Amino acid sequence: MSAYIIRRMLYAIPILIGINLITFILFFVVNSPDDMALMQLGSKHTTELQIEDWKRERGYHLPLLYNTEQSGLGAVTETIFYQKSAKLFVFDFGSSDSGRDIGYDISQRMWPSLALAIPTLLVGLLVTITLALTIAFFRGTYIDYWAVIICVALISISSLFYIIGGQFLIGKLLKIVPISGFDTGLHALKFMILPVLIGIVGGIGSNTRWYRTIFLEEINKDYVRTARSKGLSEQVVLFKHVLRNALIPILTGVVVVLPLLFMGSLLTENFFGIPGLGSYTIDAINRQDFAIVRAMVFLGSVLYIIGLVLTDISYTLVDPRIRLS
Amino acid sequence: MSMQPTFLITDLLFFGLTLGLISFVFVVRKRPHLSRPWSQVLKSTTGSVSLMILLFYYAIALIDSVHFHPRVAQATESQYQYSSEVHSLLDVLMTPMRSRMEKTFSAPLATHSFAKEMMQNESGQMQRDYPRLNYAGAHLTQPEDEKVADIISISLIASARALSYWALIWLSILWLYSRRQQRSLTLIFKQILKAQTAYPLRAIAFTSALLMLLTVISMQLGQHYHLFGTDKVGQDVFYQAVKSVRTGILIGVLTTLITLPLAILLGALAGFFRGWLDDLIQYIYTTLNSIPHVLLIAAAVLLLQVYMSGHADDFDSLTERADLRLLFLCLILGITSWTGLCRLLRAETFKLREMEYIQAAEAFGVSKFKILMRHVMPNFMHIVIISVVLDFSGLVLAEAVLSYINIGVDPSMNSWGNMINQARLEMARDPVVWWSLSAAFIFMFTLVLFANLFADVVRDALDPRIVRGER
Repeated sequence: MSAYIIRRMLYAIPILIGINLITFILFFVVNSPDDMALMQLGSKHTTELQIEDWKRERGYHLPLLYNTEQSGLGAVTETIFYQKSAKLFVFDFGSSDSGRDIGYDISQRMWPSLALAIPTLLVGLLVTITLALTIAFFRGTYIDYWAVIICVALISISSLFYIIGGQFLIGKLLKIVPISGFDTGLHALKFMILPVLIGIVGGIGSNTRWYRTIFLEEINKDYVRTARSKGLSEQVVLFKHVLRNALIPILTGVVVVLPLLFMGSLLTENFFGIPGLGSYTIDAINRQDFAIVRAMVFLGSVLYIIGLVLTDISYTLVDPRIRLS
Repeated sequence: MSMQPTFLITDLLFFGLTLGLISFVFVVRKRPHLSRPWSQVLKSTTGSVSLMILLFYYAIALIDSVHFHPRVAQATESQYQYSSEVHSLLDVLMTPMRSRMEKTFSAPLATHSFAKEMMQNESGQMQRDYPRLNYAGAHLTQPEDEKVADIISISLIASARALSYWALIWLSILWLYSRRQQRSLTLIFKQILKAQTAYPLRAIAFTSALLMLLTVISMQLGQHYHLFGTDKVGQDVFYQAVKSVRTGILIGVLTTLITLPLAILLGALAGFFRGWLDDLIQYIYTTLNSIPHVLLIAAAVLLLQVYMSGHADDFDSLTERADLRLLFLCLILGITSWTGLCRLLRAETFKLREMEYIQAAEAFGVSKFKILMRHVMPNFMHIVIISVVLDFSGLVLAEAVLSYINIGVDPSMNSWGNMINQARLEMARDPVVWWSLSAAFIFMFTLVLFANLFADVVRDALDPRIVRGER
């Protein structure tokens, strides 16, 4: 088992190197640091000296890959690639274009993101699995038919409308909870209810429909027919046999998104003013802070790969038929 | 000629793609094994109704893609001056809605402005009141009393016109059909009414009546009112929403120009040749897939902005710049979304390769290239079609989200995302300015809903087994 996990992790290394190269090429080769400086300082009335200063402050004045002015190891380390890209591997994100320490910001902003994402995921799972199982119970009837249509309709609504509609209805019309904001500790609770609720409602359509297909696939298998022919009641069949087996694909599907929960939700956090990593990213995009965007691209990719490895492992754990090869 | 035609890059690609689609329809019609699943799609009520609505949207996008510079003034006898503005055929059809700018917000079908203003009343005193709008309801003398009656009468006349056009078109089609089939018209009527036809003609007739009614009524009301009100700068919201159709459709359609070649070529090569080529291609798509898509798009669009701010002189007009940005967005959306299809096609090629007919072809000495082209690719085309149709709605939705984060289409371009983005700030007003959001919602929801319904029908018809567990 541990050999398998190690091999799986080694396989992730070339992918990480590839991602690192892509971000390096995107941010430093396609566009030179001069372009970035011009963008930040404004193209009019900007002198060469200002650009040079801007680059020096942020360490963009170094050559890209090989420093001819340095000798020995310095020729490789005193470069943008080493300073800005290679250091990402040890999660040294450096400082943002506005001078703040990105690593510190991330460690601070991770928690609000998690506080929002984890309840959304757990309660959402509970709700959608219950709904999907109910629909599967009524399979082939009008309830099933209309439930699927409602699911398709729910999928067709842009996530923006869920957020705007929820804010308007619950925050503004009914005035139950504040529209946006955040607080520390338990006081954050009243700010979290609405975004969590909206996150759950927004996911109902696609997840219920997906889980319904999983349940139906399971219901049509031989062992279920056997269970029925034994004379078991529909409830026992659904809960004891179908639900348990269908949970395997559902839960392994959840595992892949677990690490990404750290990244938070871009839209929800932005709309509700929650100081998580999602709004951090959006702010960085709007301020055109390339250092933060670069760090978040790399962090997101790493978390995704961790998710893939975890998925593989969880498959082998829940299903003994899958051999570790 | 009173105009000078001009072609934006996206127009040309869109027309090219449309021609491709039309020729695809002709190819399919001739081959029974290809046309069977499609006739199954058309025979289902959901399938044909959603296809009609999608085609309606597509037609709006097509009309909106015929661009030209309108003529402004005649300098000499033979020389004309052309405006630098770019208009489309749709702009001409919707001239009253495009050109009648109010001062600022006004509610749907309102005759008075949304905000109070200082005005002089009849006795010459200044007072705060809601001013009359410049254009909406300007033909009424007593808008408070006459408005409702006027709107009803315009709608009724428009409905009568719409229904008579509709009846005329359907009668002539059915008459021709009855002549060809040598059956009486009344019999055909009866069959349609009882829904006994092979294709769901009753539902199609009903949908076409509805579309005709909506089009004619909204166009007629738009001559005298603002159907969905006006936005902050006084522009007609209905006009904006209709103009956004092109953006939405183009994002959904042009992206396939990138995804399909990449996915088909790389997927087939990886599955067919295996070995190091397979490893390489797998590596490429796993790497690309690992980067969070929104962030990759954000990074790419940020870089485009850097490029555009550095090369502002390269673009003749704002329209051209916005157009290029749209194209770039399609490109980057394509680059992030080909990986899923590529994986499916690789797996399918893997399976097909082991089939006996391919081994037979190899034994006959058919070249590898020919086997790929003639024996492998045609046999996974259904997966390609299903995936294209399934992805379409997601792309339309993605446009709105990306425009919201300011990494979508150009802010000057009409799009549902931009409409939502601008309208969102007005939600804090009291009373709420709700019409921009509602218009964007209605237009986008209709398109995405019917695209989703259509995709389900197509998937069931073409191949119910695959893409099941896929999200």
